[in-house]
Amino acid sequence: MPIGIGYFAVSFAFGIQAADIDLSPFQAGLISLMNVTSAGQFAGLTVIAQAGTYFEMAILQFIVNLRYLLMSAALSQKLPPDTKTVHRLGIAYGVTDEIFGISIARKGPLDPRYSYGAILSAVTGWVGGTVLGASAGAILPEKVVSSLGIALYGMFLAIIIPPARDEKPVFIAVISGMVLATICRYAPFLRSLSEGMRIILVTVLVAGCCAALWPVREEESGVSEDE
Amino acid sequence: MRGSVYIYILVMALVTYLIRALPLTLIRKKIKNRFIRSFLYYVPYATLAAMTFPAILFSTDAPAASLAGFAAAVVLAFQRKSLIVVAAFASLAALLVDLLIMYL
Repeated sequence: MPIGIGYFAVSFAFGIQAADIDLSPFQAGLISLMNVTSAGQFAGLTVIAQAGTYFEMAILQFIVNLRYLLMSAALSQKLPPDTKTVHRLGIAYGVTDEIFGISIARKGPLDPRYSYGAILSAVTGWVGGTVLGASAGAILPEKVVSSLGIALYGMFLAIIIPPARDEKPVFIAVISGMVLATICRYAPFLRSLSEGMRIILVTVLVAGCCAALWPVREEESGVSEDE
Repeated sequence: MRGSVYIYILVMALVTYLIRALPLTLIRKKIKNRFIRSFLYYVPYATLAAMTFPAILFSTDAPAASLAGFAAAVVLAFQRKSLIVVAAFASLAALLVDLLIMYL
């Protein structure tokens, strides 16, 4: 399962960093099990390392992970309306960048069982990689660990590029997302925002403009009405 | 004095879960508004693109290695290779360039 392996690489790096600030493999694994978020967890480590307040931790997680609010809202449209609350709560646990990506890439309505399968594979790789990285990360050559850092982004590109080839509005959304994110990273004032905030800003701007310019037809927006 | 690691973990998990659970449980109907539907359709592409670039250029120790990995990923993704193939070859390309720099 690709997600499990991709996750393994990134969580391995997370485990190494957690061990660096003296967390035990158990604590590192617990963070991965309870959060399942890459950027949020890495950000959380800095708060723990700098002995920040719990409030600081809450605000930081909120900002870094706010994009999941948008993803979760998008996923709600992909679920059959009669999906039970317990399944909604279950799927919510696994709203991550990768699982979101593959869920959206699937045609037709989303079956909770599909999500559970993806979550199981992802969380196994995520927690396993974390524990292993935290306990044994030092064995791997530094260059190997460093080059694994790109795996996650490779996965994102594999998710967004094929549909961008097929649909011009998606192509424009992808390119303008990248260009604006680059501008935000270096522009005065904007660069002082956290990375999470910048991503939200770019997402809202790009998705808003594309939605206004190229509204989607019924069949493109996930589930069609008669299903 | 550092706070309890376990309380930190609990705070992280709680905030993160609420962000994910609220929209999924509160939005139960199909949204009729065409603009909002279209907006949500473009969200994943915009957000994954913004998360990937320029961050991918800083994802390994050497900028040249990251650039090589990025190029490999774009070419393979364009050919519709699977997620794992793209991710693996991006890492491999980055590693090769990294090693090349070291031995040159």
